[in-house]
Amino acid sequence: MGAGHAHALYVHEHSAVHRLPPHVKLVAGIAFVVAVAVTPREAVWAFAVDAVALLTVARVARVRLRFVAVRLLVVVPFVAFAFALPFVGGGATVDVGGLALSEEGLWAMANILFKATLGATTSILLAATTEVPRLLRGFERLRAPRVLTAIAAFMLRYLEVVTGELRRMRTAMAARGHDPRWIWQVKPIAASAGALFIRSYERGERVHAAMLARGFTGTMPELHRDAVTAAHWAGAAVLPSIAVLMAVAGWVVR
Amino acid sequence: MHAPDGFLNAGTAVATGAVSVGAVGAAIRQTRDVLQDRQIPLAGVAAAFVFAAQMVNFPVAAGTTGHLLGGALAAVLLGPAMGSIVATVVVVVQALAFADGGLTALGYNVLNMAVVTALGGWAAFVLLRRILPKSVNGLSLAAGLAAAASVVMSSMAFSIQWLFGATAPVSFSTVFGAMVTVHLLIGIGEGIITTLVVRSVLAVRPDLVTGAEGIALADEGRRRSLRALTVGGVAVAFVVATVVAQFAADDPDGLERVAEDTGFASSARDHGLADSLFSDYATAGLENEAVSLAVAGATGTLVTLAVGWGLFAVLRDRKPPARSPT
Repeated sequence: MGAGHAHALYVHEHSAVHRLPPHVKLVAGIAFVVAVAVTPREAVWAFAVDAVALLTVARVARVRLRFVAVRLLVVVPFVAFAFALPFVGGGATVDVGGLALSEEGLWAMANILFKATLGATTSILLAATTEVPRLLRGFERLRAPRVLTAIAAFMLRYLEVVTGELRRMRTAMAARGHDPRWIWQVKPIAASAGALFIRSYERGERVHAAMLARGFTGTMPELHRDAVTAAHWAGAAVLPSIAVLMAVAGWVVR
Repeated sequence: MHAPDGFLNAGTAVATGAVSVGAVGAAIRQTRDVLQDRQIPLAGVAAAFVFAAQMVNFPVAAGTTGHLLGGALAAVLLGPAMGSIVATVVVVVQALAFADGGLTALGYNVLNMAVVTALGGWAAFVLLRRILPKSVNGLSLAAGLAAAASVVMSSMAFSIQWLFGATAPVSFSTVFGAMVTVHLLIGIGEGIITTLVVRSVLAVRPDLVTGAEGIALADEGRRRSLRALTVGGVAVAFVVATVVAQFAADDPDGLERVAEDTGFASSARDHGLADSLFSDYATAGLENEAVSLAVAGATGTLVTLAVGWGLFAVLRDRKPPARSPT
């Protein structure tokens, strides 16, 4: 709790990107990713321009490239899949360094690599520049169901508590010599997960009772509303506009 | 399983998004009476549990580990409606705050990892609950087998979406074979863990397991049956694995490569096991597109049926008898 409700991906900075109202940022990010997703894969230059635009945003937000690169590792399994495509794809083949690779497969690989990397980078920048409570408030302003945002808010608030409990249970087990290596040694871990569920549920009950005692009526009061100006929208629109332009250009040139 | 942006085409992303919104909307409408002012903190902490449960690494073999997916577990513990909402929240937050899975891929990621696992898993659980004994072990085993089935259903759902929205020249049958085989193995672990987790909760607070509501649990011999249960579960999973895998592939080379390069990449040690499974494919292959489409159709029907049943359970469960259906 002392960490100020920040999360693993948040980078504390004071930049124009950080200051944008969260729902404006969400709309811009989603619009950018959608535009990238519908860009024709042959338009390699379009993806290059998108990437430069995105990296410029990262620079403005003072998010270091190394940070982004490390977080990009989550897409690795799919990148591995993409790299398999030139080998398993059928159709015409091209000669690359002595290997006969499927042309269609190479294009499919490029397509997944470009879009997955740009999409994940956008998500990372969004998360890096927006604290979770503000992100959720952004969703509420975009009319997402309150039930979902409220559950998400509680989940994130208690995530650290619950994982902390899990970590302490694992530490206690390890301290008693628990070092499982095979699937049939799994029982204590599963039992601790069961215990974790019961503890979490009972904690939820206590939290709910405590909140009721403090006058909780089902919705959390809004403490602070971001003022939104046309300048915010205009600033946020730059990135998706570039991507939309590139997507349109890609289809026209094609 | 957290697919990135651009993995399936735009039409499929939109269509799966619409299905996900519909299913989650139905679940929200169903739980509104319960959730509106009451149990939101409870659901939130339960979601934190599911999130944390995905960080529980369990040993597989020789020190390699896997982790829980938890959709079916959430449904068994919290009921299909709340379970699918909680699983959805987890998937969406993973995409937003942890960049795990693409924003434009949310439609199919939510569908495959939350809606199909929770609702399909619940349907399988209800079915198995009828067959298996009404005891702690029977219910736990039903939950475990349902969890294994839910993981496989999830991979089948993805394969079917691939049929419509493929962005790469890999045939449906190859993707289906690779996905289902990998997920059968993942499903075995998921099933064992889910069985044991449900069992441990049933032992202490049976009232917290929604899937055990209204069932009088019979007493039984305790220690003996756990091993039999685990061995039995593994045996069933393997039988299912080999039977289903017989139907699953046309191109052993492509299949092996895709499987190795996707799911198995995490541990080279798996390959001994994987190779023996894959070797079955060499003898039983699918010859042409017609057969593979038939497989696709049958699988689609199966998954849709299961999810539909789960959705039906959502819409029917916990409804005050006086109200007219919406």
